Amino acid sequence: MSKTMTEIRWHGRGGQGAKTASLLLADAAFMSGKFVQSFPEYGPERSGAPITAYNRISDERCSIHSNIYDPDYVAVVDETLLESVDVTAGLSPEGAIIINSAKEPGALRPLLRGYAGRVYTIDAGTISRKHLGAYFPNTPMLAAVVAVSKCVDPEDFLKDMETSYRHKFASKPQLVQGNLDCLVEAMKEVKE
Amino acid sequence: MSIRDRLSGNEAIATAMRQINPDVFAMFPITPSTEIPQYFAQYVADGRVDTEFICVESEHSSMSACIGAEAAGCRAITATSSAGLSFMNEVLYVAASCRLPIVLAVACRALTGPININHDYSDSMAERDSGFIQIYAENNQEAYDNYLQAHRIGETPDVRLPVMICEDGFITSHALENIELESDEAVRAFVGEYHPENYLLKSENPLAVGPYGTSPYYMEARVAQAEAMKNAKRAILDVAADFEKTFGRKYGLFEPYRLEDAEVALVLMGSSAGTARAAVDELREQGVRAGLIKVRVFRPFPAEELAEALKDCKAVAVLDKSEGFSACGGPLFAETAAACVNLDRRPKMVDIVYGLGGRDFTVDQAKRVFARLEKIAATGETGPVYTHMGQRDLREEVQ
Repeated sequence: MSKTMTEIRWHGRGGQGAKTASLLLADAAFMSGKFVQSFPEYGPERSGAPITAYNRISDERCSIHSNIYDPDYVAVVDETLLESVDVTAGLSPEGAIIINSAKEPGALRPLLRGYAGRVYTIDAGTISRKHLGAYFPNTPMLAAVVAVSKCVDPEDFLKDMETSYRHKFASKPQLVQGNLDCLVEAMKEVKE
Repeated sequence: MSIRDRLSGNEAIATAMRQINPDVFAMFPITPSTEIPQYFAQYVADGRVDTEFICVESEHSSMSACIGAEAAGCRAITATSSAGLSFMNEVLYVAASCRLPIVLAVACRALTGPININHDYSDSMAERDSGFIQIYAENNQEAYDNYLQAHRIGETPDVRLPVMICEDGFITSHALENIELESDEAVRAFVGEYHPENYLLKSENPLAVGPYGTSPYYMEARVAQAEAMKNAKRAILDVAADFEKTFGRKYGLFEPYRLEDAEVALVLMGSSAGTARAAVDELREQGVRAGLIKVRVFRPFPAEELAEALKDCKAVAVLDKSEGFSACGGPLFAETAAACVNLDRRPKMVDIVYGLGGRDFTVDQAKRVFARLEKIAATGETGPVYTHMGQRDLREEVQ
């Protein structure tokens, strides 16, 4: 495995946007000049069922198309999954897990089946409600993953996302600032 | 000048379709190919194509509508997967025997049962005798590039056969990856316009399409169709050569990897080939003379070329991502083994059915196959020839 490759696994529930978060991360990495993969793994097609999504980010095209079993980072969009899914399976102790939760990282560590690496939490719900007026945990989670993993340069990331939002929300420019504020606050608020 | 972008396999195929701007797209949705008509519907709504977009009531109807349109002298396309392809079965044979160069995109998915939405080649392999040309992609780039070549291959005058452009369901269809796109103008110049010599609605010399073939005529029609499939091999290589000259990316009937001095080799298709290449690289560093062949064109099957490429290997494993229930191996194995049967000296060969219904294929699995091949190469004993791999319980796997 190339050392220049970062592998990330996302855990969420169908409908919460783990797949979208993985797509957004791939977009951001693509814009910074990287080769990217973003792909979902679907179980039963129903809303609320656990789903997994994956990212590979590298300087050269990656020809491997298997799922990721030994990720560098794990992102958990829904903390209720910690009880039912072995989210840290194969996770590198040199890496980290980032969990969407209002709790302190120390309070969640007992649920992580002995994982010895870094544990981060980010209160993505509160941040998204504050800046976007609704529960969109994807945007803060994305920023937290970038801040922790640095798989994309954080400053480039903010610049690229602004360009991307201006394009995406061309007909709703009022959404641009809220999303950018979400990113900035999440990068600051993610805690170990 | 290529355009750097990132798209899923489905969006890559839909983009190729938009650039080609076909006359008719008859659509019926099924996972995981649904996004292809979904993207295309947006292009129609946005006025980016002037295609007649027909929403029909089934896959049997979507292929039938394509047959009607293509017979009338149009370029007609559709997309499907799994049970949708099976439901087309009857009319696929009609399309091919009427020599109508329809292009059908297939996001390959398992067939029932148990019910499953994930990837394997049960659907496309079940149609291997339909008379369609079948071209398989490893990733989004190849899906796009294969699609750009498909119309020209099928429309070649001494071919005139429909073409299936196959991508791996979900693994390719739903994976976002980097891609090099070509400009709309360059694509249209490469693909060209479709002006069939004869067609149903040609007023000065109308053509009868799909007549009854009595015994004195049926066989001649089938032989002509078989000749057309043989000609397709040359047409595929001609179009690939022009594609390389135009866009710089090289394609053949299959793609060998580190095969020149290989003693042990895999023959496989699609996204798994990329995963297996990582295993080949690792093993080469350890001194194992490993290689592989990724089969791109399954119909027409490149038998002579494949036999020539494999003749110096000691042991070969064919990896089949569909279970044909022959009790003696999957379809890729049957074809590959038959291709080698007249070689004076040929490799020992085993079949491994794997990856069914989305069962993941990993670098480790590929390495286990090579370990088995090394034993076969050393002893000359194949052991069980028809085997499965990737079961949850590793003890069930032949090592």
